Amino acid sequence: MTRTMFQRTDLPQADLLIRAAHVLDPRTDLDEPRDILIRDGHIAELASPGTLTAPQNATTIDATGKHAFPAFVDPHVHLRTPGQEYKENLDTGTAAAAAGGFCAVIAMPNTDPVVDDVSVLRSLVEAAGRQARVPTGFLASITLGLRGQELTEMAALRDAGALGFTDDGKPVTSAGMLRKALQYQRLCGGVIALHEEDPALSGVGVMHEGPVSARLGMAGIPSLSESTMVARDAALALYEDARVHVQHLSCVESVEALAAARAQGARVSGEATPHHLTMTEDMIRTLDSRFKMNPPLRAQSDRRALIDALRSGVIECIATDHAPHARHEKEVPFEQAPMGTTGLETAFPALFTELVMPGELELEVIIERMTAGGALYGLPIPRIAPDEPANLTLIDLGTQFEVGAAGYASRSANCCFHGRTLYGQVELTVAAGRLAFQASALTKQRLGAV
Amino acid sequence: MNHLISIDDLDRAGIERILDRAESFAEVSGRDIKKVPALRGRTIVNLFYEASTRTSSSFELAAKRLSADVVSIRSAGSSVDKGESLRDTVQTLSAYDPAAIVIRSPYAGAAQLVARWTDAAVINAGDGKHEHPTQALLDVFTLRQRLGSLEDLNIWIVGDVLHSRVARSDILAFQRMGASVTVCGPPTLLPRGIEALGCAASPTLDGISEADVIYVLRMQHERMQESFVPSLREYAERYQIGLGRLQPNQLLMHPGPVNRGVELSADAIDSPQALIGQQVKAGVAVRMAVLYELLAGRPAAHMAVAA
Repeated sequence: MTRTMFQRTDLPQADLLIRAAHVLDPRTDLDEPRDILIRDGHIAELASPGTLTAPQNATTIDATGKHAFPAFVDPHVHLRTPGQEYKENLDTGTAAAAAGGFCAVIAMPNTDPVVDDVSVLRSLVEAAGRQARVPTGFLASITLGLRGQELTEMAALRDAGALGFTDDGKPVTSAGMLRKALQYQRLCGGVIALHEEDPALSGVGVMHEGPVSARLGMAGIPSLSESTMVARDAALALYEDARVHVQHLSCVESVEALAAARAQGARVSGEATPHHLTMTEDMIRTLDSRFKMNPPLRAQSDRRALIDALRSGVIECIATDHAPHARHEKEVPFEQAPMGTTGLETAFPALFTELVMPGELELEVIIERMTAGGALYGLPIPRIAPDEPANLTLIDLGTQFEVGAAGYASRSANCCFHGRTLYGQVELTVAAGRLAFQASALTKQRLGAV
Repeated sequence: MNHLISIDDLDRAGIERILDRAESFAEVSGRDIKKVPALRGRTIVNLFYEASTRTSSSFELAAKRLSADVVSIRSAGSSVDKGESLRDTVQTLSAYDPAAIVIRSPYAGAAQLVARWTDAAVINAGDGKHEHPTQALLDVFTLRQRLGSLEDLNIWIVGDVLHSRVARSDILAFQRMGASVTVCGPPTLLPRGIEALGCAASPTLDGISEADVIYVLRMQHERMQESFVPSLREYAERYQIGLGRLQPNQLLMHPGPVNRGVELSADAIDSPQALIGQQVKAGVAVRMAVLYELLAGRPAAHMAVAA
């Protein structure tokens, strides 16, 4: 089988005894305090608190009062490599992932050059082997140069390790072009992930079209710019019996189109981002370019529809769409700023604080959806169970911290949650058996944790 | 109030206070020597990233009549032309210790950003299609001079509302002063959701005979190429305000510059019902009052440092 996930090979397999963590894994129905023994990168034993003893060479971590979850998988990140390493690189991007409790990420191909050729993909795979702190997978583009005109060598790219395909950042505007890609999928496999947007409807829009854009005098992106394309592409997928995934759903109309297509038998999945689940267009009244992203933050009714769809499973996974930009690029008037927010380091704290704490969603649902993103590309789902590879994160749900106060592991600081007080600070992440992140006492102190 | 970025920075009493002061500055403009020493020794920077005749010249005159030193910078021919960022430009200019920076930008939120980067008072002289608060103040001033009050006035704003920062600031200011506002224009040029500002919206002129004031917006020729309206001829036929559509007691306003024969007919522009000349004249006095409001009570920056 072709390898599809890549990471640094110089990090040792972990030997850890995590004492008395409250283990919550919705897939094994475990929701109790446990000692977790990790030996040689695998979960060796789970037992009642205080019953396990640390073997020689194993580090003991007292996790009393902390939660252990299966680590998260992000099916949608921008690591900006190759070509825009001043925004992010494989080392800093995966450091941000580990600091956010992620044990795997999938990188988008809208780099410079675009990942539309086996040589570019091979160089990324090789770089990930030296730099990636957590297993990293890559999507290749559907069309050459994201231009929407000619297919990439999809079969060769699959053989070289591409998990799937996307022109993310841009829609495949031509229905005929997308149809050919869906047909070709029968040869090469690989989920086709879609950024849904009709450029003719988005026009020069910079934010959601509605009362706030009317107030601010900024050109709007109507919801149906997304939802009409979701409906179109779901119809194509049904006709070609293709497997497609809709990226960063943002509005009620898209959720309805997705649910309707699925009811007809279309093989279509969907993802939503923490920012669309927790914020609305009202944030843009601040005119702060941190809140500029594509798709844009939409209305409260859209946010509610996304939460409902996440609960019901119409949306099966959470993706951050982590999109770093340099300070000088974002420090301009809103309309001039590039679209995108970072999200890896704040995904869990934001969802926990904004959705779980007020009682909007169960913690189990958040954990389930944050760990489901790799399965759609055929990756194993992290579990906290004996003999599984150790993929887990230790989180303190009880202590608050200020986002960004201690800086970011990401190279960029354009986080839409910057300055917010959140709960759910990640303290430790084990990814594929390796210790990928551990918060230092100094960091915790700077964050104001007690 | 440290800055004037939006009409939302002012409540009704604040607007009244500025306009009362503008009345007394209007008197200064009638003198032979049109100067008062209120801002002597203070520096005011005009930073214009967009073409402007009325706004830039009236801010310059307003500052000079208050005896301030004025530096006017236009993007063409400046370091902005050479790719300098807004932030760097503002920080460079701040080194001259200006008391105020007046900024016009093609982008919404530019004035607010500038306020983050400087200790000077910042005045928004137009940011994108967002706001143009001093225009709204001079429009209220002009109406107040003519009618005494805006209470219960029925004001129609007609034309390209979508692309108009004047419309947005006027909707807010007129309503704050007690008037009701209807915006009217081709449906392609009325922003979706504009009613959230509290105004009514109409795609036709039906009902405009009930208006006390008709405020006509500039119709830019570029809008034809972008297919917002099929032709200027059809636009003029449906939306042009001429004497035939003007009731005897209605007042007519326009922020300028006018496209004669497009949004307004020549006979309407020149009629005694038009307040267009008064609006321009009010510009200087109102901007003097705004500068005074922001700066007169505020110590010069170097004194603040010494203290």
